[in-house]
Amino acid sequence: MTVDRSRLPALVEDRAFRFPSVTRATVPGGPALRVVEQHDLPVLALLLVLPVGAADDGPGRSGLAAFTADLLDEGTGELSAIGVHEALARIGAQFDVDTGYDATVVTLVTLAKHRARALSLLADIVFRPRLALEDVERVRTLRVNRLRQLAAVPAAVADVAFARELFGAGPYGHLAIGTTASVEALGEPEARQFHARHYRPADATLVAAGDVDPAELATLAAEALGAVAMRGGPARDPGAASDEARAASGGTARVVLIDRPSAAQSEVRVGSVAAARATADYHALLVLNAALGGQFVSRINLNLRERRGVTYGARSGFEMRRRPGPFVVQASVQTSATAEAVHEVLDEIRGVRGDRPLTSDEIAMAQATLTRGYARSFETAEQLARAVAQQVVYGLADDYYDRFPEAVRAVDGEAVTAAARHWIDPACMSVVVVGDREAVAAPLEALGKGVDVVSAEV
Amino acid sequence: MEIAFTRATLDNGLDVIVHEDRDLPIVAVSVWYHVGSKNEQPGRTGFAHLFEHLMFEGSAHHDHGYFPPLQEAGASLNGSTNADRTNYWEVVPTGALDRALWLESDRMGFLLPALTERKFATQRAVVLNERRQNYENRPYGLAGIALAAALYPPDHPYHWPTIGQIADLHAARLDDVQAFFARYYHPANASVALAGDITVEDGIELVRRYFGDLPAGPVVPRLGVAAPPLSGERRVWFADTVEFPRLYLAWHSPAMFAPGDAELDLAADLLANGKTSRLYRRLVFEQRLALDVSAYQSSRELSGVFQVVATSAPGHTLAEIDDVIRETIGGVGREGPTVEELDRGLAQVEAQFVLRLQTVGGFSGKSDQLNAYNTFLGEPGYFGRDLARYRDATPEGIRASVTGTLIARPRVALSVVPRGRVDLALPGSETAVVS
Repeated sequence: MTVDRSRLPALVEDRAFRFPSVTRATVPGGPALRVVEQHDLPVLALLLVLPVGAADDGPGRSGLAAFTADLLDEGTGELSAIGVHEALARIGAQFDVDTGYDATVVTLVTLAKHRARALSLLADIVFRPRLALEDVERVRTLRVNRLRQLAAVPAAVADVAFARELFGAGPYGHLAIGTTASVEALGEPEARQFHARHYRPADATLVAAGDVDPAELATLAAEALGAVAMRGGPARDPGAASDEARAASGGTARVVLIDRPSAAQSEVRVGSVAAARATADYHALLVLNAALGGQFVSRINLNLRERRGVTYGARSGFEMRRRPGPFVVQASVQTSATAEAVHEVLDEIRGVRGDRPLTSDEIAMAQATLTRGYARSFETAEQLARAVAQQVVYGLADDYYDRFPEAVRAVDGEAVTAAARHWIDPACMSVVVVGDREAVAAPLEALGKGVDVVSAEV
Repeated sequence: MEIAFTRATLDNGLDVIVHEDRDLPIVAVSVWYHVGSKNEQPGRTGFAHLFEHLMFEGSAHHDHGYFPPLQEAGASLNGSTNADRTNYWEVVPTGALDRALWLESDRMGFLLPALTERKFATQRAVVLNERRQNYENRPYGLAGIALAAALYPPDHPYHWPTIGQIADLHAARLDDVQAFFARYYHPANASVALAGDITVEDGIELVRRYFGDLPAGPVVPRLGVAAPPLSGERRVWFADTVEFPRLYLAWHSPAMFAPGDAELDLAADLLANGKTSRLYRRLVFEQRLALDVSAYQSSRELSGVFQVVATSAPGHTLAEIDDVIRETIGGVGREGPTVEELDRGLAQVEAQFVLRLQTVGGFSGKSDQLNAYNTFLGEPGYFGRDLARYRDATPEGIRASVTGTLIARPRVALSVVPRGRVDLALPGSETAVVS
C-alpha cells in the first residue's frame, strides 16, 4: 500500500485521561497524607512538602530557607552526615531537597520493598536533623564558594539582577540560594531557629505515589513520625493564595547592563511582575504564553531563532506563585544582536496586546499543546507525586487535573488579548543584559529606555 | 526484569522494534541513525549535529517546519547527536501516531528536495549560537573539547567535539549536506522503535506502511578504530572566566559493554559520586581541599574515557588534590572495594534500572533503550543482561579494572584556571588545544 503523501494523516480523537484517585489520611498530630496508587512497577516516590520557602527568608537573611533545607541531610540521630547518605544508598534511594519560593520539597524515590526504611529515614532527616555547629559551618563554606562560582555564570548573574529589579527587597527579590554576603552571615542559631519554626509535622504533607497500599503507608508513617508528631502543636493556616494587585513598586522598568568584558554572548531577561497562581486568568495566561514564547513554535522563538538565527533558543514564562510572580522572557543571544533581540521581544509583546493579536490558529495550537498528550505528564511515580504536591502548595481542587483540559479549551481570543493587556505591558518591563558593555551599551541606548550599568551582586 | 519486545526487519533493512505498554493513551516513537560525529572527517567537523537541526526544517511533502503539525497534536519531541549516533523522538497521543510516522518517514526519504541555502544558513547560525552559549560562554565549558583533543590524535574520530570546531562550521556548505544525507540517512542505517499504547502487530504494520517503500541505501561499514594509547602522562591547561581552578583527569578506558566497563562504572561511584564516596569523604568532607568531586566511566562505541573531576577550595592547590586522588585510586587498586561499598553500589544500580522502565519515550525511555541496545549490540532485549553485568561484578573484578585502567595507563591531566593564573595549573602543564 502506497502512502498518500499529499496530506498529513488526520488526528484521531484521544482516549480520555483521568488522574488516578488520591487517598487521604492523617497521622495524629503529624502531616496530612495523600497517596496515589500505581502498581505497574515496584517503585515508590515519597515527597515531604513543607509550606516554607525562600519567600520566608526574612530581611537580610536571603538564602536561609535553602541553607536550612540543605542541612537536613547532614546528620540525624545516630547517623552522621556521611551515615545518612550510606543509609540512603543502601536502599538505592534518589534523594533531593528543593527549596522554591513558596515551598520546600524533600524527595525520596526508591524501590517499594524499601518503604519502611525510606519513611523512617525521611522522617528523621526532615524533622530530626542534627544541625551540628561543625556541619553548619562546613556547609556554609561550601555554599559561599558555590555563590562565588555562580558569579561567573552569566545566566545566574542575570537571574539575580532580574529578581532584584522586579521585587527589590520583597520576598521574591532574591534567588533561593541567597547572596554571598547574606549566606556568610548565616549560622547554626539561624538554622536551628528557622527549622524549629517552620518544620512542623502538622504543617507538612507527605505525598506518596507508586506501588504502595494507602492503609499500610499510613501505619508506617505513623511509626516513623510518631515521636516528632507530638511536638509542634496544631497546623497553621498559611492563608489562601492571594491574587493581590501587583505591588505599586512592581519593577523598575529600566534597562540594566552588567558588564562581562568580551563575553561570547549576551544573557538577556525582559519582564515584569505579573500574576499570582490563584489568578482567575491562569488558563488564559498559559495559552497566551504558549503562543508568545512558551513553546518551540511561538512568536518569540520563531522570530529570534528560526527567522533571525541570533540565539539557540528563546522562551517566555509566567511564574505564578502564592504572591504575584514574574513574567520573563529569557535568551542567550549573539553579542551583535543584543539590542535587536530586546527590541524584537518588546515588539512581540506589544503585538499580542493588540497590534497583532494571536490568531485563532495560534490559540488552537497553544490549546492543543497544553491539552492533547496531557497524559504524558503523569507517567512516573515521581510525576504523579509532584502533581499532587502542586495541589497541596497552591490549594488546587481535587479534580483540578481532570478539569484542566476543558478549562484551557474554554479560553478564547478575547480572553487572551485581555489578559495580555492586563498582565504584560512593555512600558512596565525591566530589561537585564549580562554582556560585553563595549559592544552592547550604545545599541541598547538607542532603544530609548536609557541604560544603567550596574555591578553583579551574587 | 526485561523490556518485552518484538523486532522485525523490513526488506529495505530498517529495523522495527515494538514494545506494548497500555497504561496511558500515548505512544513513543524513537528513530535512531547510526551516525554521529565519529563519522565526520577532520576539517569537516560538527556536521552530524548541524544536520540534526536541518531535520526539523521540513521535507518534500511537508515543507513547513517539523514542529507545528506535531505540536498541534500535543506531541513532545526532540533530537540529539553524540559521537556515535543521532536520535529523534516524539511522544504522541495514540491518535497522532500515524502523523508522527508520516513525518519521520518523509524526512528519512525526502529531506533534500526541501532543503534550501537559506534554511542551511539560519541553522548554521543557530548552531554557532548554541556553541557560544554552551561552551565559550559557560564556565569550564571548553574542558571536554580540550580533553578530547589531548586524549586522541587529530585523525581519531573522537578527537573533535560533536558540536564541531568553529572554523569547520563556518566552512560547511550545502553540498556537504547532500552527501551526508545520501551516505547515512536511510533505512539500512536506521532503526525505529515504538513503545506504548499499541499492539505489536499494528506497530510493525504501521512502520512498514510508512517506511517500507523507502530505498534501502548503502550499508554503512562499522568503524573499527582503536584509540592509540598515550605515550605518557599529558598535562595541559587553559584559562577561563572561572573563580576556582578545576582539575580534570582522564584515562582511555573500555568501550561500551566491553569487559571492565560495568566494573569501572561501579568504581566511579565508589570513588567519587555522592557523599558516601571515598574522594568526597577525603577531599570535600574531611580535608576540605576541594569544593566538589565527581567521576564517570563514559563509555562509547569505539573506546571509553574514565574521568575524575575536582574543583579546588580556596587556599588549596590542584597538586594537593591530585595527590589524594592518586592515593585513593591506589587504595582501590590494591585492596578493591569493600563488600559494603559494592552492596550499596548494586542497590543503587538496581533501583536505577527499575526507574528506567517508567517512561515509554524521550531520552532514556523504553523506546530509546530498545534502540540503543539494537544499534550498538544488535540485541534490543539486552536490558536484563545489561543489569547482570553489574550484578556479576566482583570486588576482585573492580580492583583489576581500576588497576588495569587507572593505574597502569598514562592519563591526561587538564587544569582549568582563572584568567591570568597559569601558576595555578598542575606543574609542568602545556597549553591545551581548544578549537
